[in-house]
Amino acid sequence: MSTRSLTLALALLAGLAMAAAPALAQTPGVTATEIKIGNTNPYSGPASAYGTIGKVISAYVKKVNDEGGVNGRKINFVTLDDGYSPPKTVEMVRRLVEQDQVALVFQTLGTPTNSAIHKYMNQQKVPHLFVATGATKWGDPKNFPWTMGWQPNYQAEGHIYAQYALKNVKDPKIGILYQNDDYGKDYVKGLKDGLGEAGRKLIVMEQTYEVTDPTIDSQIVNLKNSGANVFFNVTIPKFAVQAIKKSHDIGWKPVHLLNQVSASVGVVMRPAGAEASRDIVSTQYLKDPTDPEWDNDAAMKDWRAFMAKYYPEGNTKDAFNVYGYLVTQTLVHVIKQAGNDLSRANIMKQAANIKDLSLPLLLPGIKINTSPTDFYPIEQEQLIRFDGEKWVRFGELYDASKK
Amino acid sequence: MTRPQTTDAPALAASSPAARAAFGFWRIVGFVVLFAVALALPFLLSNFRLFQFTLVFVYAIALLGLNILTGYNGQISLGHAAFYAVGAYTTAIMIDKWDVHYALTIPVAGVLCLVAGFLFGIPALRLEGLYLALATFALSLAVPQILKYFEHWTGGSQGIVLSKPAPPLGLPLTPDQWLYVFSLAILVILFVLATNLLAGRTGRAIVAIRDNPIAAQAMGIHTALYKSLVFGVSAAYTGVAGALSAITIAFVAPDAFNVFLSITFLVGIVVGGLASISGAIFGAFFIQFVPNWAQDISKAAPWAIYGIFLIVFMYVMPRGIAGTIRLAWARLGRRLL
Amino acid sequence: MDIFLQQVVSGIATGGIYGSLALALVMIYQATDVVNYAQGEMAMFSTYLAWSMINAGLPYWVTFFATLAAAFVGGILLERIVIRPVENAPILTIVIVCIGLLVIFNSVAGWIYTYTQKPFPSPFPNRPIKIGNVIFGAHDVGAITVTLIVLLLLYVFFRYTTLGLAMRAAAQNPVSSRLCGIRVGWMLALGWGLAGLVGAVAGMMVAPVVFLDPNMMGGILIYAFASATLGGFTSPGGAVVGGVIVGVAENLVGTYVRFIGTELKLTVALAIILIVLMVKPSGLFGRPAVHRV
Repeated sequence: MSTRSLTLALALLAGLAMAAAPALAQTPGVTATEIKIGNTNPYSGPASAYGTIGKVISAYVKKVNDEGGVNGRKINFVTLDDGYSPPKTVEMVRRLVEQDQVALVFQTLGTPTNSAIHKYMNQQKVPHLFVATGATKWGDPKNFPWTMGWQPNYQAEGHIYAQYALKNVKDPKIGILYQNDDYGKDYVKGLKDGLGEAGRKLIVMEQTYEVTDPTIDSQIVNLKNSGANVFFNVTIPKFAVQAIKKSHDIGWKPVHLLNQVSASVGVVMRPAGAEASRDIVSTQYLKDPTDPEWDNDAAMKDWRAFMAKYYPEGNTKDAFNVYGYLVTQTLVHVIKQAGNDLSRANIMKQAANIKDLSLPLLLPGIKINTSPTDFYPIEQEQLIRFDGEKWVRFGELYDASKK
Repeated sequence: MTRPQTTDAPALAASSPAARAAFGFWRIVGFVVLFAVALALPFLLSNFRLFQFTLVFVYAIALLGLNILTGYNGQISLGHAAFYAVGAYTTAIMIDKWDVHYALTIPVAGVLCLVAGFLFGIPALRLEGLYLALATFALSLAVPQILKYFEHWTGGSQGIVLSKPAPPLGLPLTPDQWLYVFSLAILVILFVLATNLLAGRTGRAIVAIRDNPIAAQAMGIHTALYKSLVFGVSAAYTGVAGALSAITIAFVAPDAFNVFLSITFLVGIVVGGLASISGAIFGAFFIQFVPNWAQDISKAAPWAIYGIFLIVFMYVMPRGIAGTIRLAWARLGRRLL
Repeated sequence: MDIFLQQVVSGIATGGIYGSLALALVMIYQATDVVNYAQGEMAMFSTYLAWSMINAGLPYWVTFFATLAAAFVGGILLERIVIRPVENAPILTIVIVCIGLLVIFNSVAGWIYTYTQKPFPSPFPNRPIKIGNVIFGAHDVGAITVTLIVLLLLYVFFRYTTLGLAMRAAAQNPVSSRLCGIRVGWMLALGWGLAGLVGAVAGMMVAPVVFLDPNMMGGILIYAFASATLGGFTSPGGAVVGGVIVGVAENLVGTYVRFIGTELKLTVALAIILIVLMVKPSGLFGRPAVHRV
């Protein structure tokens, strides 16, 4: 075949390809009978424990669809594994947006993974809703109008602990243990900002650990040795148990402030032992399924029934499964509010217009609120103290929006 | 107990010179056809697919780098994610902090990694086989921690966000199409360079060091110098790949450059075919697309599917794709010519 | 002085964990010349089997020995079925097969048992033991004791039994061994079986401390490699000692070298390994490999 005919053939192919390109749909991902929603979650790799969130969301979507869907449309929930690897997240999200043509992307998990797609989502003008990370930077409607977080952010929580320490401990000497990544560092930033210039000098020791470390015993020993009497414990459940146990074993009894991520009775407090975990202070915004306080609560019973029917292999002790349930309920609320206009612009508008949404599995008094200038849906948290058996709420409901 | 070194040399040697010449001719034709197809693709594929293919090119360059070291020179490295990371972060920091044009960062990344690889190659001379693998494994493990430590430069665990470059000279291409063409061009240049390097006396010396280092030394080859240089060149290739990946994905974060990435590269060159340049491309396709296919097959345990794929592959093609093609061709050649 | 001792003791405890898995790695390497990347995942999977048995109501020590048996048989089956087809392939091919196994075990464990961490019981009492001002857990002492017992049993097996001798012969010189009538293939399988068994012990000793989840062995495998490298891949005792050294060194550096602190602990451990390798490439206790030229 001569060069000329080759070029001709290629040009013809190119022309055909361009002509065949489908006209851009006005409402991508939406038909009369379904709305397509995309998600990436770490179903494999080091963060795979969080993969249960993606599964409980799928289960809840199935329940919603069984009950007729939202405004007559079924939800087509497409979730892909990114293994907590940012390059993979970029690839999977591009596939969801460009190939699968989803209406919106929801609950993508992880701070570095979401950072990788942050600019892209806003350039493509696709709603990037209720991301599964507590990092503070997702609530920035001026620069990133398409991205919104959901849970109370880590820095606000750090503030709360800082204020608590300053107010309630005489002559505080603060020791911090945190995970050496963005989650840990975000909390510590909140702690330090909350302490202020003068307060920062009260920090006597900081220790870090990696997720791949088998134990953190050495760090606890160092913290005790520093003479700290306040302990900011920014660890994930696996290490939180070790921290609580080891502190108790070596006879170190500081004012123990535990991050909300690890405030689970069944996964952390009980395995660590009642003696060791007594008087630990934390914050919470949702109902812990292992807290005996909620054993007879109607909303908790509904949730257990849901888990038994739709996600039987899921762990009913895992608060992540309550988290996923709540965040999907929020999404369903937004879609319902959007009515028949499911264009991306309107979905985003409705997401930025949630007024006093009260979900039964949130702690009493906590409401979800957003506005075009407020992209932090949940800003209230409750201080809790462990009495050896369950969490006891005390003090007022902290409201970060009222700062 | 030492494992006997098995190579394809005996099988190939058994074929006639005519067969080998015919193989060489058809190989060139194959490459030309592939190149033409590759040039046509930007006008046929969606932006997303082009993005995936660009990643394939990036991996192919990295795999070629590793293959030069492990396949041709016999030095096993489980640490190439480290050089990939150095390349990626060089680009990211230069663009983010000093506003350097992205194209200029690539040779810088390459040279930096060349030096780093050479320097690492010197102490590595003392280590053989398993222990070299372990030393490079250790290097790969340390990298995420070190990157997070130098937070001021690297942005710590938050990483560095970059912007995708626009096509130059106002060409009517989308950024994805431009990156595809850009990466393809770099791929071709590096592949041609590698072919030249490995075809002549240098190539033979490199392979000789792998097959029988003592005999090679006895024949006057300066093994120490060659081995260190090969480490440097290998690192340079991988560094360039890393730089390209940073531009393509427009984001770098420390935990993406972990040991699993090094292992993935090793999988890539073994599946693609050791001591083979085309093997790098086969391997790159494998590591890019097979995990995705595994996910489509089984949502519940996708990596189990991937693992089964891997094992079956090794049963059926222990020499990798390129190696199997070569052997098949040799056998065919013996029968026909 | 107190904190120094405490950190050393903690380091020995952690080091015992690394050493026990390192022992399994060295075992397979000695018997089959292969570094088995799937060792950690096999150990993890065996521990999950133990968990299932305990959950079904079986008493701890029954479960313990049943799991050892299952791991032993499992190891043999893996070698005969999965590794045998590629026994004579280039070493890297076998490495890739091991990586495939790693990925399969991890994925299947996550699929069957989910990724949420589970507590695993320890046969030792929960009380801390206090000597002077230094405190350590009864489990830590117990775990190291078990590892040392295993090491002793292996030593006796290899040194004083005919089967052990046959295995050593098969590893060092398969051709001559065959001529002596030793079934080399089955010796390799036995090596894998023993390594699986040792791995299962490691897993069951480790799980009470780090909690059982599919990724539990990932981090430990890394340290196990470091320990085996330090001690020498040709020395089982060296592997355990290497583990203790890594554990202690890590803790001490993290405590006393301020500018490194805990943020570079792993890096320091690795740097130590690299330095040892430069000075004595076959490890502290290993025998340098001698090749016929």
